[in-house]
Amino acid sequence: MSKDISIKSGANLALTGVASKEIEIAKHSSTFAIYPDDLFSLIPRMMVKEGDKIKVGTPIFHDKNDEKIIVVSPVSGIVKSIERGEKRKILKVVIDKDGNEKIGYEINEKLTKEKIISLLLESGLWSYIRQRPYNIIARTDKMPKAIFVSTHSTAPYDVDYDFIIKERLDDFQNGVNVMSKIISKPITLTTTANKESIFLNLNNLEIINIKGKHPSGNVSFQINRINPINRGEYVWVINPEDMANIGSFFRTGNFNPTRTIAVSGSSVKNPKYYKTLIGSKISSIIPDSAINNFKGNRYINGDPLTGCKVNSDGYIGYYNNILSVIEEGDKYRMFGWLPFKDNHVPSFSRTSFSWLLSKNKKFNTNLNGEERALVVTGEMEKFFPMDIYPMQLLKACMMQDIEKMELLGIYEVIPEDFGLIDYSNTSKIEAQEIIKDGIQLMLKEVG
Amino acid sequence: MNFIRKNLDRIKKPFEKGGKLEKFYPAFNAFETFLFVPNHTTKSGSHIRDAVDLKRTMVTVIIALIPALLYGIYNTGYQYFIQIGLDFTFLDAFLHGLYKILPMIVVSYVVGLSVEFGFAVYRGHSVNEGYLVTGLLIPMIMPVDMPLWMLAISVIFAVLIGKEAFGGTGMNILNPALTARAFAFFAYPTYMSGDKVWVSEASNIDAVSGETILGSLAAGQNIDYSSMQMFWGSIPGSVAETSTLFVLIGAAILLYTGVASWRIMLSSIIGASLVGYLFNLWGANELMSFDWYNHLIIGGFAFGIVFMATDPVSAAQTQRGKWIYGFLIGGLCILIRVFNPAYPEGVMLAILLMNVFAPTIDHYVIQSNINKRKKRWEKLKVKTI
Repeated sequence: MSKDISIKSGANLALTGVASKEIEIAKHSSTFAIYPDDLFSLIPRMMVKEGDKIKVGTPIFHDKNDEKIIVVSPVSGIVKSIERGEKRKILKVVIDKDGNEKIGYEINEKLTKEKIISLLLESGLWSYIRQRPYNIIARTDKMPKAIFVSTHSTAPYDVDYDFIIKERLDDFQNGVNVMSKIISKPITLTTTANKESIFLNLNNLEIINIKGKHPSGNVSFQINRINPINRGEYVWVINPEDMANIGSFFRTGNFNPTRTIAVSGSSVKNPKYYKTLIGSKISSIIPDSAINNFKGNRYINGDPLTGCKVNSDGYIGYYNNILSVIEEGDKYRMFGWLPFKDNHVPSFSRTSFSWLLSKNKKFNTNLNGEERALVVTGEMEKFFPMDIYPMQLLKACMMQDIEKMELLGIYEVIPEDFGLIDYSNTSKIEAQEIIKDGIQLMLKEVG
Repeated sequence: MNFIRKNLDRIKKPFEKGGKLEKFYPAFNAFETFLFVPNHTTKSGSHIRDAVDLKRTMVTVIIALIPALLYGIYNTGYQYFIQIGLDFTFLDAFLHGLYKILPMIVVSYVVGLSVEFGFAVYRGHSVNEGYLVTGLLIPMIMPVDMPLWMLAISVIFAVLIGKEAFGGTGMNILNPALTARAFAFFAYPTYMSGDKVWVSEASNIDAVSGETILGSLAAGQNIDYSSMQMFWGSIPGSVAETSTLFVLIGAAILLYTGVASWRIMLSSIIGASLVGYLFNLWGANELMSFDWYNHLIIGGFAFGIVFMATDPVSAAQTQRGKWIYGFLIGGLCILIRVFNPAYPEGVMLAILLMNVFAPTIDHYVIQSNINKRKKRWEKLKVKTI
């Protein structure tokens, strides 16, 4: 049984450099790294020292606020370095790969809810469950009212989950079976409407077909329509590949850090999918020679709207399935602000003829203007298909007015939902940053 | 281009951090970004950005104003020559208009931008583009014979009290251009109404009948302009407000580009038509029985709702609020015209009044959204903060 819903308004960004549907096994990376910053609001406390020998699944650090939340190593080897920044903040933990030793867990046939939770926590897989509100790692003292998995992807360069899960469908099903025991009801899985999906015939799922442009692939908008979050309610969100990894763990007893990466972007010579491990070195997947005009590019862990900037000698992030490489835009454009001039710069606005030009467009990282006070109204709502006033919520966050933030719906949004608003707003407001700060304030003041 | 860029980079040095002229960086920056879209790349948030920015948006409004401005320049000359009864060509009329109006535009921009640049340097923020539009709007809505010093004072008042006192572009409650006009209207009433101000140099010529249509109606006189003339705009009035046709061309540009809100324009027209129609049914005096559709094409109504009511900063900000806001502007405009003969031009006061009430309208629209959420929570017996 499946249900259809349609999420109106929004827009798809068509970028050149979408990964073609071929998968390649990436070269083995010799070093791996975890960036604690990928885990929103987690404050790491190291559990290993430099030089320690570790296995696949050895805890590396835990959350300062909740020791039960741990992050484990994706490979066996030696802790090479723990890089720190200002105020001794841990920037990344680098591991030299060596051997293939694994920590194994005994999985009983009869899994109870409590046993599942304790195994998820011990194995570190818990850190792949993200909780709404706030998009933090699920709190261990709060149970969710629903678990969402979205395979409806609309973000630029977003992966085709049917394509990457296709060969791991059994693991995925196993993950679903295990996780649904926690909430004693089916997992909510969303698919793209009018598209053949490999997930339709699986069990323990409540399948909802979503019709809509970006950002309808963002889980927030789906939850808002299907099962909106109220104060004091929690929803868990799991990435489809992590669900398969969870299934694999409960089948084998070993942590399986598989990560399929869609290497995309206008600067990539041959954009396609690579199968690798969480934390792999980027250059092991795409060497510099696979990139056009190697110097002037930006590497992004994630999609260009919401991802996180990373150096070309950096590592794959904790959660992302996309690695985007696009051109830096550090060039001047003379009189580029004149309407209908420079139509090669993509724009949703009708002050440009960009919509007449080819459908797939090449983007760069130029800000295309300067930050200004909020002047134009009504433009954010076009890219925010939710019963929430985005500009008013942003203003409440800027004012740090917690009561207003709550009433205007802060529980239902996360920074990535404002990606298109970041992209399209005339005043070049950093909406995602504002929401991130707002959420951090909520976490501190309300919890 | 490279040559200009290189020289600009050379001149830029002393304005940068630690340089001698660091304080004046905002002023330099305004000129630099006028020539070039800067090479700034995204630092946080989305890595890619749309080509649209505030400069482009504001310049689109200026482009939309140009048809009405050009016609206004011509009409200024036209009104002058037909009143003194001389033969004239299109060029004569246009040049006379240019001779009168160009100085007004220059004064408005020079005075207004000086204040803006001063504030930008004083506050250390970049110069906002908002004044590019305001500075052109102000001379377009003034009577043509207004002394330039009055114009300058109105501009200063509008920028200082109307805008900067509230924190600059984006924070003002009233539309700055209308603030300038309202200031002039109440400070120098003899220059802003009557039958001697709407036609160029009318005060030097005897026997001019240069009263606006609304003025004549308010005085209970008949008018001898046809609807076609009102629509074309060959009638006396503020510089660029008279031609509904050319205002509509501007409106088409604004609506196509999506820069102005169609909701506000449409609801204003609905509001004005409805109230105008009701008065037609009543018909107790000249103004009441003035055809409702003619109300839409005379005075500043068209210009006001296309270019002033749609100012996003002073208008209602929520989509539903915009409907209410526009409707009330249209309705109030006709109401003021009919009931208050001292202020025959109702659209200015209607817009200013609704500017003041726009935040209240938004408040109730947003409150209804909040109440919906609260209700959902109440069902679940959730406590709020």
